[in-house]
Amino acid sequence: MIEIANVSKSYGKSLVVDGLSLTLPKGGITSIIGPNGAGKSTLLSMIARLVDPDGGRIAVGGLDVATTRGDLLARHLAVLRQDNHLAMRLTVRDLVTFGRYPYGKGRLGPEDVAQIGRALSYLGLTELADRFLDELSGGQRQRAFVAMVICQDTDYMLFDEPLNNLDIGNAVAMMKLLTRATRELGKTAVVVLHDINFASRYSDHIVAMRDGRLHSQGTPAEMITPEVLRDLYGTAFEVRDIGGHRVAVYYG
Amino acid sequence: MKPFLAALLLVLLLFLASLLVGASDSLSWHNVRALLSGDSDEAALLLMASRLPRAIALVLAGAGMAVAGAIMQMLVQNRFVEPSTAGTVESAALGMLLVLLLAPDLPVVGKMLVAMLFAFLGTLLFLAILRRIPLRSPVIVPLVGIMLGGVISSVTSFIAYRYEMMQSLGAWMSGDFSTILRGRYELLWLAGGLTIAAYAAADRLTVAGMGEERAVNLGLNYRSVMFFGLMLVAAVTAAVLVTAGVVPFLGLVVPNLVRLWRGDRLRSSLPLIALIGAGLVIACDILGRTLNAPFEIPVGTVLGVVGSVAFLFLLTGRRTYAA
Repeated sequence: MIEIANVSKSYGKSLVVDGLSLTLPKGGITSIIGPNGAGKSTLLSMIARLVDPDGGRIAVGGLDVATTRGDLLARHLAVLRQDNHLAMRLTVRDLVTFGRYPYGKGRLGPEDVAQIGRALSYLGLTELADRFLDELSGGQRQRAFVAMVICQDTDYMLFDEPLNNLDIGNAVAMMKLLTRATRELGKTAVVVLHDINFASRYSDHIVAMRDGRLHSQGTPAEMITPEVLRDLYGTAFEVRDIGGHRVAVYYG
Repeated sequence: MKPFLAALLLVLLLFLASLLVGASDSLSWHNVRALLSGDSDEAALLLMASRLPRAIALVLAGAGMAVAGAIMQMLVQNRFVEPSTAGTVESAALGMLLVLLLAPDLPVVGKMLVAMLFAFLGTLLFLAILRRIPLRSPVIVPLVGIMLGGVISSVTSFIAYRYEMMQSLGAWMSGDFSTILRGRYELLWLAGGLTIAAYAAADRLTVAGMGEERAVNLGLNYRSVMFFGLMLVAAVTAAVLVTAGVVPFLGLVVPNLVRLWRGDRLRSSLPLIALIGAGLVIACDILGRTLNAPFEIPVGTVLGVVGSVAFLFLLTGRRTYAA
């Protein structure tokens, strides 16, 4: 469970997150949706202690992110930001291996080696393991970074727009993979998504943010409705039921 | 492991060659046997007092500067920086000049510590400037460093000119190992020790090189690793500057060559970077000693030529993997 209590953050004069209180459930996939500038990425960064809130308190699985030691937190919480550019030249295996850094500080035990192998095969990267990241396609590189997160083996995984650099096929594969990871490995994934139909199809829980505040939250069936979406994004939606999932159409 | 052993062997051969090259004929290829049988006191003295200290100094300085360059590239996240393209060397030289003016009786270690402090502060200034300018291309970063170094150098030159110290300034701004004698290079062992410390911290430095956010995500104390790494770079730069002078471009060329081939995981690349750095400096020193014998071309000059050609090659590189 991720508890967010009365959290605020402003950059200069603009208030990005405004006294937000919210509890994200343990297990499954929780998507955060909302228009640009709603504060979704900032919230995710604050949960991952990459950005310090101006006020309020955040606890992940009972650990206060402001006061818990960094290396302890790194065994409970992993985050993947949007940018998957790396100024250094590493192989896929090197990168995934650094996912074990919080455990052995660079020393690898048999457990670590097993986790690395599992993460590589989970993302279908075994063949590419010894290739350098700068020699891979954008989709493959994204998969390598997700493998690093999986390898970090934390209860909570945060992803900031993980579908951004991916084509449709890779995006579907990525969401299926996250679904599998939450089901099979018992993880909790929190994902900032722009595409509401991906959110509708793959989420267990959807949180909508607007202007730094909580707009609404609920199951996909409760959230993907013309009323909620029109109010959230300020544009007209039609919602159809296709194969038991709600699909929003918004092309005006 | 194989490339490591090959590099080690090469460095050993160059080291031996360095012992046998020089202006004096009493120690050369021809009379090694006399030395080994103990017949030649003159050769033994030359070996122990001059040739051996010089060869050791070359190894320590070369390995140290190459490793310092690799660490700097990691921490700044730019493959074109090294102490001489980030204002570090120039700041150390300013500190050295000031200490010579204000406290000329300070022991060498004290001078080195002052130079190290200046080098560290100069590097922090460089990083502070980088944070303030929008970086559109990775090539801008070393340009900023070279400009900053130019500004600091001009201050140094001005002071040196006023106090008639241009000549000694010129002496340490070009790396030269011809004045290395027993008793005048031992500070470089400190650089050697720091190089080993860098290897012990290789994984931490690599994680820091992934950027602050990824490092924090992996539970690294980013600030303390940055501090440790930049201090280490400043200390190695200062130790080399105080004993032999500026050894340019080494930290740029060697890590980039090793990177193309072995990647950036310092745990596997640092030993090679250290060995190839040492080998390159010895080779350039031997070249400088033989090209115009019995006169010497300072190793800094030889490296300047070799290094700037390699730098141009890197800038116009075929692949833009870090861009």
